[in-house]
Amino acid sequence: MVNERVNCEQVWRDISNYIEGDVDTALRTAMDEHFGTCPRCKSVLQGTRNVIRLYSDERMIELPAGFDRRLERLLAQRARPRASRWLTWEAWLVPVAAMALIAGGMWLMNSRTAVQQVKSEHANAGQNIPPDLAVVVAPGTKVFHVPGCSFIHDKDNLRKLTAKEALKEGFTPCPRCLKKYLETTAVVYALPGTQVSSDADEDEAARSDTSHRDEVRGRD
Amino acid sequence: MADDCCRWLANEMAEPNVLRNNAAADKSGQSASALTREQDLIARVQRGQNELFYELVRPYERRVYAAALAILRNESDAEDVAQEAMLKALANIRQFRAEARFSTWLIQITVNEALMRRRRERTVVMEGIDDRRDEETDYTPRDFADWREIPSEALERKEIRQKLAEALASLDRKYREVFVLRDVEQLNIQETAEALGISVASVKTRLLRARLMLRDLLAAGWGQGWFSRLPFEKGSKPW
Ligand SMILES: [Zn+2]
Ligand SMILES: [Zn+2]
Repeated sequence: MVNERVNCEQVWRDISNYIEGDVDTALRTAMDEHFGTCPRCKSVLQGTRNVIRLYSDERMIELPAGFDRRLERLLAQRARPRASRWLTWEAWLVPVAAMALIAGGMWLMNSRTAVQQVKSEHANAGQNIPPDLAVVVAPGTKVFHVPGCSFIHDKDNLRKLTAKEALKEGFTPCPRCLKKYLETTAVVYALPGTQVSSDADEDEAARSDTSHRDEVRGRD
Repeated sequence: MADDCCRWLANEMAEPNVLRNNAAADKSGQSASALTREQDLIARVQRGQNELFYELVRPYERRVYAAALAILRNESDAEDVAQEAMLKALANIRQFRAEARFSTWLIQITVNEALMRRRRERTVVMEGIDDRRDEETDYTPRDFADWREIPSEALERKEIRQKLAEALASLDRKYREVFVLRDVEQLNIQETAEALGISVASVKTRLLRARLMLRDLLAAGWGQGWFSRLPFEKGSKPW
């Protein structure tokens, strides 16, 4: 064990373990000695430490705009006690039942119409995208993207605008980066609320768990 | 999907050495008072004060998002998964045990959700097949310039953050994931292995390579002037 020596290749093999404190005492001593005399390995060690230090900094993590707000709203909704959610759920069943009684045979037809309506609104792509979402368009294309989308081709000449503006100018949403706003299922799940509620904001509690999430994002 | 998660939670609970995560070992430097406050919040949410949950998870929302992004590589998918993971954590909060580190528990739920989503959506196709083998040959560093510490103020500059993010994104998936869980999320080696379902030896091998590759990428970036306006002496490089 005395005077155990290591060469550069051995140092590079164990440098990560060394930083982790995951080498035995003999190896650590040998490596320390090596770092003292080998500028190349010293450079590797310090550079690696730079890497770890820079990447562990939270400033490296960029949250999408509005992330906090959407998360907070989602959790606030979920925090409502279950009992009151059920109350609200039942509360809106009353007018539905009344409507069903009054409308009689018309009910089925009505609900089918509602489904179709929602679907066709969805076909009008983009209506679920938050209007003030920051998006980009590349010159000569007809599609708008979330900044950073890998499907953007000419990344150097992007124009920034809001989703609302992009839609108004006739651009269509990218099916990749804006996919979550384009999924039909989410809209269909939201149906109970859509059908009976005139005030979507207040009646969310009546909706299914899945639709909650999409709602939170959808209205942002 | 739910089964996967529950199995994982059960494993986690059966894990006897959760004590390894004590406050002293917390690399993120969580202070004792912050920890007490967190424990208090956890206890209250566990007793049903769900409205405090956001306050509890807020310090970790960036890391939750970053973990999901490392696996899914798509901002909107990552946000979705971050939200799902938070909801799952809330739903299972009573199963969280006080000896474990809360942030680790949260990150592990997130990784699990993200991996399930990737499996479900087969986005792997976009990235090629999952090569589970580790390289047999050693990685040789390419750049041996003199070293200087890069001041962390460098990260105030958006273009530097962007370059670093691009360098990380350019790593193969198996290296990127291990690096992010260990060095960004600060899970320990064992937790990283558990979260990704790979061996401890694999984590170590991949971590070594990821760190050395990033070092070389950043050294190359130095040559291209990424850090040129930082207060370094002429001629000295940080790598
Ligand atoms: Zn050497
Ligand atoms: Zn796109």
